[in-house]
Amino acid sequence: MAATNEQGLLQIATIIEQHQSLPGAMLPILHAIQDDLSFIPSNALPLIAKALNVSKAEVHGVISFYHHFRSEKPGTHVIEVCRGESCQAMGSRALEQNIKQRLAIDYHQTSKDRQYTLEPVYCLGNCACSPAMRIGDDIHGELDQQKFEQILESLNTYSLELK
Amino acid sequence: MNHSPSADSSMPLAARKIYVSLDTTARSKGSDNIATQVDKILSSQPDLAATLVRNGSRGMFWLEPLLEINTAKGRVAYGPVTPKDVSDIINQQCFDDVVEHPLCLGFTEELPWFKSQQRLTFARVGIIDPIDVDDYISHGGFVGLTNALAKTPQQLVDEVKDSGLRGRGGAAFPTGIKWQTVLDEPEQQKYIVCNADEGDSGTFADRMLMEGDPLVLVEGMIIAGLSVGANQGYIYLRSEYPQAQHILNQAIKNAKAAGYLGENICGSEHSFHLEVRLGAGAYICGEETSLLESLEGKRGLVRAKPPLPAIEGLFGQPTVVNNVISLASVPYILSHGGASYRDFGMGRSRGTLPIQLAGNIAQGGLVELAFGITLNELLQQYGNGCKSKRAMRSVQVGGPLGAYLPAEQWHTALDYEEFASIGAVLGHGGIVAFDDTVDMAAQARFAMEFCEVESCGKCTPCRIGSVRGVEVIDKIISTDNDEQQRQDSVNLLHDLCDTMEFGSLCAMGGMTPFPVRSALKYFPDDFLPQPSTEKAQ
Repeated sequence: MAATNEQGLLQIATIIEQHQSLPGAMLPILHAIQDDLSFIPSNALPLIAKALNVSKAEVHGVISFYHHFRSEKPGTHVIEVCRGESCQAMGSRALEQNIKQRLAIDYHQTSKDRQYTLEPVYCLGNCACSPAMRIGDDIHGELDQQKFEQILESLNTYSLELK
Repeated sequence: MNHSPSADSSMPLAARKIYVSLDTTARSKGSDNIATQVDKILSSQPDLAATLVRNGSRGMFWLEPLLEINTAKGRVAYGPVTPKDVSDIINQQCFDDVVEHPLCLGFTEELPWFKSQQRLTFARVGIIDPIDVDDYISHGGFVGLTNALAKTPQQLVDEVKDSGLRGRGGAAFPTGIKWQTVLDEPEQQKYIVCNADEGDSGTFADRMLMEGDPLVLVEGMIIAGLSVGANQGYIYLRSEYPQAQHILNQAIKNAKAAGYLGENICGSEHSFHLEVRLGAGAYICGEETSLLESLEGKRGLVRAKPPLPAIEGLFGQPTVVNNVISLASVPYILSHGGASYRDFGMGRSRGTLPIQLAGNIAQGGLVELAFGITLNELLQQYGNGCKSKRAMRSVQVGGPLGAYLPAEQWHTALDYEEFASIGAVLGHGGIVAFDDTVDMAAQARFAMEFCEVESCGKCTPCRIGSVRGVEVIDKIISTDNDEQQRQDSVNLLHDLCDTMEFGSLCAMGGMTPFPVRSALKYFPDDFLPQPSTEKAQ
C-alpha cells in the first residue's frame, strides 16, 4: 500500500472531519478520499479508524472488499472495460484481449508510462449499446478496436493540452 | 432557409423547445455534442426563440442521439443525429407540423415501438426536464403524494397491497406485505432504503428512471415513509452510475427547496429526509442484507434471515428495502388507485414491467408493458432480431443469475410464475440476446467466474464452489480427457450446482447454477471438446 505526504494527510483530516458524524460514515469517507487523491493511502487508515472508533483491520477489510477502492495510485486515466454478458454478446471478449495487448497491461495493472490503469467492470448500464467502457465519468458504447483507438487518441490530445 | 417566428405560427414563443437527452446511453452515443451544437445555433439565431431541454431518453437507443422539436401537434423526432445535421434540422423544422427531412421520424409518440407501450412508471421519462419540479408537477407529479397526505398509514399500505405490486428488483415479494411488516413494528426510528445497485448485466431501467424522472422515485420514497412511519431515506446507488448520481442529487436539492423534502413536507406535520449513498463496485451489495451492511459502513457480507430487514434492518431498525422501480411505481398507484394498476398484467403478476432489451439486439432499449407479452414478441417485434443480422441462438433473462433460454422457450409469457415453471427467472426484466456465434460453455464458465469475483465469501459453497465450477467446466471442455472422465466431470458439475443452490444464504451462490445448468441442458454440444477455435469468440 502506498502512503501520502503531509499535504495529503491534511486533506484526509479535513474529509474525515466533514463526514465522520454521518451514520455509516465509512464509505462516504473512503469515496471522498479517493475522489481527491485518486487512491486511499495506507497512512489514512489509522486516522479513519480513530475517527470511526473501529480497528485499522476493519478499515482495511472494507477497502479490500470493494472493487472500486484502490490502495495504489493509478495511472492518469483509469479505463474500466465492461465484462458483463450483454457486452460479451457484442464481442467484448475479443475487444478486451485487444485492449490489453494495445496497452501492454492486464487488468489491475498500470502502464509503464503511468498513463493508463486497466480495470474490469461488471456492467455500466449501457447494455442497449454494448460493448461499453468507462473513463473517468464518461461512458463509451458500441466500442470496437477502431473507436477505442480514437478515444485513446483524444485522451492523449487532452492531456497534452493540459501541459 | 431560416425560419423566423411569424404571426401565422400557432406555437407560442415561450413553448418552443428542442430536446436532447442527457441519459448515459444517449451521451455514450454523442448527445452532448448535439446539445452543444443546438446551443450554438440558438445563441447565434436569437430569432428562433427556442430553448434547449436536456431530457431523459425515450428508450429507443438505436435512434440516439435523438433530437426532438415540439410543434403545435406534438414532438417531432430526428435520429440518429450527427452534429452537422443540427443546423439543417432546426432551420427547417417549423414548430407547426412535421416537415420533410431524411432524418425525420415523424411524431415521437406515434412511432409504433413507442406508441404500443404501456408506460405507467416511465410515463414522464424522456418527456420532462428531469430536475425541474414545476415540469414534474405539470405532468402529474406529486398528485400521489397529495393523495397520500390525506390518508392514514394503514390506508396507504392497503392501497399498495391492493395494487398487487411485487418487488421489481427480482425477488418479486409483495411490496404491500413488506410495508405492513414495517408499519406493524412499534413506533421508533424506521428507514426507507432504495436499492439502486442495479448490477445485472442487461438491465438499465433503474438508471434510465433515475436519470430521466428522479422525482418520481423521490415521491415514491416519501409515500413509503408516510406509509410505515419512517422519516429518513437512503438511495444506495452503484458507483458505476455517475450521471444518475449527479441528476439525483440535483433533483433532491430542488425537491427540498420546493418543500417536498425536509421538515414539514407540503406544510404537513410529516418530515422526510433523503440522501444518496454510493456503493463501491460490489455486485453482492444488490442483495438487500449485504446492501444494509454496506450502508452501515462495513464489508458487504450477506446477513442470515431472520431477522428480516423489515424488523431489524439498517442500524438494527425496521427498514423497507425496495428496488427503484418498485418505489417509482407507487406514485402511480396513489394517483390512479391500486385497482387501476392491478388491471394491467396476468395471473399473480400485476401491473407493468419495464423490460430492457440488450446484448446482440437490433433495436435495444426500454419497453414498458403489462405482464403477459411473450419473449418472442419482444425479441422480434420490438428487438427486430440480432444487431449482427445473424440468427439468434440464446437469450439470458434476469441478469447473470438468470437461465439461458433456447428458441423453443421463447413462447414463454413474461410472468413470474410462468418463468419459474420453466426453471427461469424474470428478475429485473433484463433480456440479453446472443447470436449463433455464442459459445454456451464459455457463458457457463463465465457464470462461475463471475460468482468467484463477486461472492462475498460468507458461504463456502459460493466462495469455493465457484472456483471449482470454473475448474470443472475447463475439464469438461478439455480435449485431454476421455469420454468417461468427461462424463464424470459433468456429473460433478451437477453435484456442485446442487451444493451451491442449497448451501448458500443468498441468490449469488444459490442461483449461479441457473445459467450453468440451463447452458448444459439446452446447449450440450457446446460442452463437447472442441479442438478447433472456430466457435470460440
